[in-house]
Amino acid sequence: MRIIVLMKEVPDTYGERKLNLETGLAERGASEAVLDEIGERALELALTQAASLEDAEITVVSMAPETATATLRKALAMGADKLVHIADENLVGADLGLTAEVLAAAIRRTGFDLVIAGNLSTDGYGGVLPAMIAELLGVPYASALTTVDISADRVSGTREADGGVMTVAAPLPAVISITERFPAGRFPNFKGIMAAKKKPVETLTAADLEIDPEGLETPRSIMLAVSERPARSAGTKIVDEGDAGEKLAEFLIQNRLA
Amino acid sequence: MTTFPEDSILVLLETTPSGGLAKSAAGLLGAASQVGTPIALVVSASGAASNATQNAAALGAKQVLTAEPEGADARLAVPTVDALAAAADLVRPDAVLISNSIDGRDVAGRFAARTRSALAIDAVGVSRDEEGIVAHHSVYGGAYNVDCAPTFGAPVITVREGSIDVRAEAASPEGAPLDVPPSGAPAASIESFEEQAVVSTRPELRGAAKVVAGGRGLTSQEQFALVDQLADVLGAAVGASRAAVDAGWVPNSYQVGQTGISVSPQLYVALGVSGAIQHRAGMQTAKTIVAINKDPDAPIFEIADFGVVGDLFDVVPQLIASLSARKE
Ligand SMILES: Cc1cc2nc3c(=O)[nH]c(=O)nc-3n(C[C@H](O)[C@H](O)[C@H](O)COP(=O)(O)OP(=O)(O)OC[C@H]3O[C@@H](n4cnc5c(N)ncnc54)[C@H](O)[C@@H]3O)c2cc1C
Ligand SMILES: Nc1ncnc2c1ncn2[C@@H]1O[C@H](COP(=O)(O)O)[C@@H](O)[C@H]1O
Repeated sequence: MRIIVLMKEVPDTYGERKLNLETGLAERGASEAVLDEIGERALELALTQAASLEDAEITVVSMAPETATATLRKALAMGADKLVHIADENLVGADLGLTAEVLAAAIRRTGFDLVIAGNLSTDGYGGVLPAMIAELLGVPYASALTTVDISADRVSGTREADGGVMTVAAPLPAVISITERFPAGRFPNFKGIMAAKKKPVETLTAADLEIDPEGLETPRSIMLAVSERPARSAGTKIVDEGDAGEKLAEFLIQNRLA
Repeated sequence: MTTFPEDSILVLLETTPSGGLAKSAAGLLGAASQVGTPIALVVSASGAASNATQNAAALGAKQVLTAEPEGADARLAVPTVDALAAAADLVRPDAVLISNSIDGRDVAGRFAARTRSALAIDAVGVSRDEEGIVAHHSVYGGAYNVDCAPTFGAPVITVREGSIDVRAEAASPEGAPLDVPPSGAPAASIESFEEQAVVSTRPELRGAAKVVAGGRGLTSQEQFALVDQLADVLGAAVGASRAAVDAGWVPNSYQVGQTGISVSPQLYVALGVSGAIQHRAGMQTAKTIVAINKDPDAPIFEIADFGVVGDLFDVVPQLIASLSARKE
């Protein structure tokens, strides 16, 4: 079974994240780059279920700047078999539509039975790419899964929908996305790190995928303006001396909040 | 055949399992009314939506298209996407607005990919300039405001639930059934569905004016009840940090933060929440923030208007008693 896990390099959310006020792009230098946590959970799912699947091969596909290779290698150290990295300067600032086209083309080129994505990336916060990719690939999409069961020709799982909980299923090939209720990714061990050095890494450009990032026939979403909100500052801080509850009640009432 | 105004905005309205319009409807139609003429599309399984036309018109839809595509309750997203494609063909709108819910995002993603439309996600407002519809976003936890527009064509915009306060004027009900040719696109099938009973009489977290949130500091599911008690005294919704959700004290839907719900209430009370950056991302645009934490260095204090360094198990019961006493 050919499993593709979609992973992304993101600015570490534990640090201060910055947008460049001129270009509107994320300032990559402003914070440390890490693998998106939800992508690690998706890979963990693939690694766990691969054990019970015949000839499982796990390929990580990512569209990210060239400098992301080091971050992405962690996925190989965790246990993925192969990395397909689409790195192209012309794709910097790609909108959702272009990103979906690129990833769908790379997935098709690699060949797949199941694509596993995160439901939401921590920087894009789009939560739409897997749906777009499923549409472009012409396959079923089961989103926001909190449990997953993969068999030779079918994937099923629990989906926490807006009004309740459902069980969903799809024949393969298919795309699924998972939520952060899945276990965190494993830490690479020494053996994994050594093995990763010998694993294949394929680097692709948009041209390799026959995609023209500057093509004008498809509408693209562009940023018109970016502004920074003034940072919030701290107000009153009191230490409880046995009457903090009373004081807080006073504050709420004075401000008409209670 | 009906004609549609030049400045039509096509709004996809979701229905609840019991057939009513989802809560997001009022905000979506309100947003649409600010930039054009709201035309609603309501998609449901055969016979499931009751009074959709009246309900949507009451919230400002000038015309209401109702579709009952085959498999609407048995296949994920695709039947709704097919209906939306048919509606867009008919209406030729200046923009398509969809709720930024789980289902809404699935539909928006597929629809935008199918029709090659520019897609803008999680907007908190819309406006119109000479060239068309602009989507306004609040990103990185409200640290930045970003405006986006398509290079050309009608954008597909998902709108953050609870973010739009504007309401459209009621319109007179005018509805028409929509014929939906199936696309044949493969979809995941829905094998079973269990409606989540709404057990709470409290306000819904999304769009609530007041929120009381609890974190790991509550230490157990039993103790988390203290959050509920304060919420009830204040008439607030209940939220939680990811740590509290991961511990199983409250359902997933309570999570506030980057990967949970974003709220902008008048009052946000954080109890035993450290204020990790991912939590702050979902609440730091609240008007007034109150925090109770026993660690004086907890990051939540950096953004709190009123911070109490203390044990929440002492402070909160006293606060509740004090507020209850003054109410009498
Ligand atoms: C990609 C990613 C996404 C994330 N998304 C989210 C998200 O959406 N929402 C979210 O909340 N988190 C999110 N997190 C997790 C986040 O980093 C924190 O781990 C989490 O918010 C911590 O929850 P907490 O504040 O309840 O727990 P802790 O950080 O453990 O804080 C508990 C606090 O309670 C205080 N306390 C303990 N006992 C008492 C007492 N008796 N009285 C008063 N105070 C007390 C302690 O001093 C402490 O400050 C995310 C993390 C990642 C990596
Ligand atoms: N540049 C990318 N490369 C690979 N996968 C991606 C990329 N962007 C998003 N994804 C996948 O799509 C999921 C949802 O992302 P998003 O739509 O940005 O919230 C992520 O969790 C990833 O699995």
